[in-house]
Amino acid sequence: MSTTNLGMFEPRPLTRELAVANENILVSAHIYTATAALVLGALFGLLQGFARANWIVMPAWFDYYRVLTTHGVLMALVFTTFFITGLLTFSTYRSIPRVRHVALGWTGYIVMLVGTLVTALTILSGNATVLYTFYAPLKAHPAFYIGATVLVAGTWFVAADVLMNVAWFLKNNPGKRIPLPAFAAAATFVMWIIATIGVTLEMCLLIPWSLGWTSGIDVELTRMLFWYFGHPLVYFWIMAAYLIWYNVIPTTYKGKVFSDALTRLSFILLLVLSTPVGLHHQFLDPGISAGWKWMHTVLTYGVVIPSFMTAFAIFASFEIAARRAGKRGFVATIRWLPWGDPVFSGSALGMLLFLFGGFGGIVNTSYSMDVLVHNTMWIVGHFHVTVGGPVALSFIGAAYRLVPAITGRKLFAPKLALAQTYTYFVGMLLMSTSMHVAGLLGSPRRTSDVTYFGAAGAQSWHFEMVTAAVGGTILFISILMFAVVAVGTRFRDVRAEERDEFAFAGTDEEAMHTPAILDKLGRWACLALVLAVVAYAGPIHDQLSQPHYLVPGMRTW
Amino acid sequence: MHLHRLERIWLTFGVAILAIFLATVTTAALVDGFVPPSHVQSIDPAKVSVTPPFDKPGLHKLANGSYEAYYVAHIFAFDPHHLVVPLGAHVTFYVTSLDVVHGFSIPETGVNTMVTPGWVSTVSHTFRTRGTYLLVCNEYCGIEHQTMADTIEVR
Repeated sequence: MSTTNLGMFEPRPLTRELAVANENILVSAHIYTATAALVLGALFGLLQGFARANWIVMPAWFDYYRVLTTHGVLMALVFTTFFITGLLTFSTYRSIPRVRHVALGWTGYIVMLVGTLVTALTILSGNATVLYTFYAPLKAHPAFYIGATVLVAGTWFVAADVLMNVAWFLKNNPGKRIPLPAFAAAATFVMWIIATIGVTLEMCLLIPWSLGWTSGIDVELTRMLFWYFGHPLVYFWIMAAYLIWYNVIPTTYKGKVFSDALTRLSFILLLVLSTPVGLHHQFLDPGISAGWKWMHTVLTYGVVIPSFMTAFAIFASFEIAARRAGKRGFVATIRWLPWGDPVFSGSALGMLLFLFGGFGGIVNTSYSMDVLVHNTMWIVGHFHVTVGGPVALSFIGAAYRLVPAITGRKLFAPKLALAQTYTYFVGMLLMSTSMHVAGLLGSPRRTSDVTYFGAAGAQSWHFEMVTAAVGGTILFISILMFAVVAVGTRFRDVRAEERDEFAFAGTDEEAMHTPAILDKLGRWACLALVLAVVAYAGPIHDQLSQPHYLVPGMRTW
Repeated sequence: MHLHRLERIWLTFGVAILAIFLATVTTAALVDGFVPPSHVQSIDPAKVSVTPPFDKPGLHKLANGSYEAYYVAHIFAFDPHHLVVPLGAHVTFYVTSLDVVHGFSIPETGVNTMVTPGWVSTVSHTFRTRGTYLLVCNEYCGIEHQTMADTIEVR
């Protein structure tokens, strides 16, 4: 009868098992897209390092600045964002198990991918050599701005998916705490949504202008809107790394989350304080008075506090677990930790790099001290030892756990994976240290060649550029090792006998009670918005009350 | 919410360090005037060449013995070229841009500021050592950005 034929078209009933399979495919799409961006971005980074060491000269048909723009966009906006959307989706799905549809998540992924491809092709074709900060009045092809906006809009779908799952949990589990990984994911996305208001407003000015509908652009206003977004972008990366450090890393040494309450408090502080600090990227801008810059110095110092708390919590978690295993004292604890597990070593080596990142960051935000380092190679060293170090290395390390868990495959060449984390650490340490030193000697960033026709003052920078290129080469090889593991895991396709039942770290049973107010993300989001308005209303009002001039766009490349 | 005793000590220590840093930069700002260049003065970028004093870029001596240097940044050069400054001169630079965002940096001195079209940037320096200083644009401004440099000679 006809029913037998129709049977094959009947949708399979959605079971938890099928939902998990769907979730896993979605998450692995994010992770593998991030991996592709990382590998491609690393190749462009290598070319930059070689060019600045004067080993190669980029040809006119594919100039240095096009390479630099591609590297910046792929690393800062594509690799990080795709990994984070994947990680936050995974954390939410796994800690809130339910029979769910993943259509909204897929919509987000596809919109992000379309935006990425449009942006990347516009840059590669040479029509958007404006670097990843796209400072007006450099005027890129409209497709660049539209593509980037679509990429950001895609993340909102993913954010909506995560927040709706958290809302579902709260509705169906009255009185219960949001599971910690889902809480961290939700807090990160709430922060991200507030941050992206800035770049969205900026795009509302830039897109009509690039299309020729408006004749001029307010340069300082676009810069302020960019950095309103640009600094919390940094915290988007860091909050995701902290999510791994708090919730995943303790599982590598059979430890626990040090404190549920303090973890939530750290994420709340990051949510509230990440946005009202962007002016510390504009300390040397005209048109913003010194008082507002000082205010952002104070607020940026404030956002250091949750990082202090995180440092304490991580070491406390290490020590408590080591004591339970009978180890006491600093050296014994450190030696006991699982340095042979790439999931652990990735994050732990990243934490070591973050020490330098933290020190340097405090210099950058220390008001007049920024004059010594602004737009020098020091800054490049700084963000490589933050986003390029702790963040990227923690992501890579976490991928060694996530990918087997979501694909059911065995990790390909685990020893190569382990060696990868250490080579990455060495390469990054060498490269970023060289960059920091070059910056202190005055070498400018964002420049294809720093010889300045053999000027005396420029000669002291060459050695650092060579050591940075050597470090960059090590990093590139390390990222290729990661690519081999990622691709090998997929295509060698060895199924694990027993599927890795991924579980996040539990909370220490001796931990203190968590106040309910910490879960009220809506209230904290309101506070964050109020602070953002307080931090920006003054400087924006000051600028708009001056006679200010709209500037026509230019293509100077 | 109660904090572990060790964590209280750690956070007190951390916040105290931040407070000391903040007190240091604030004192330097209030007492010694060490603030980042934050001049708030707009200018019509289309009319820079007819707006005094930017219509005559160069070094001007003031009645009190100090100097003002007016610079116009544009792709891919600074105007004036090769400024000559007397030894010991206290120079306040006024810089604006004709086109895109530039940087104005004299490495190994405290002279470093962004230059945005529509605004005037200022930064001061006392040249106490003889020699030729390199002046570079340290913000990407276009395909020949790496050539946007000049010299300042102190003699």
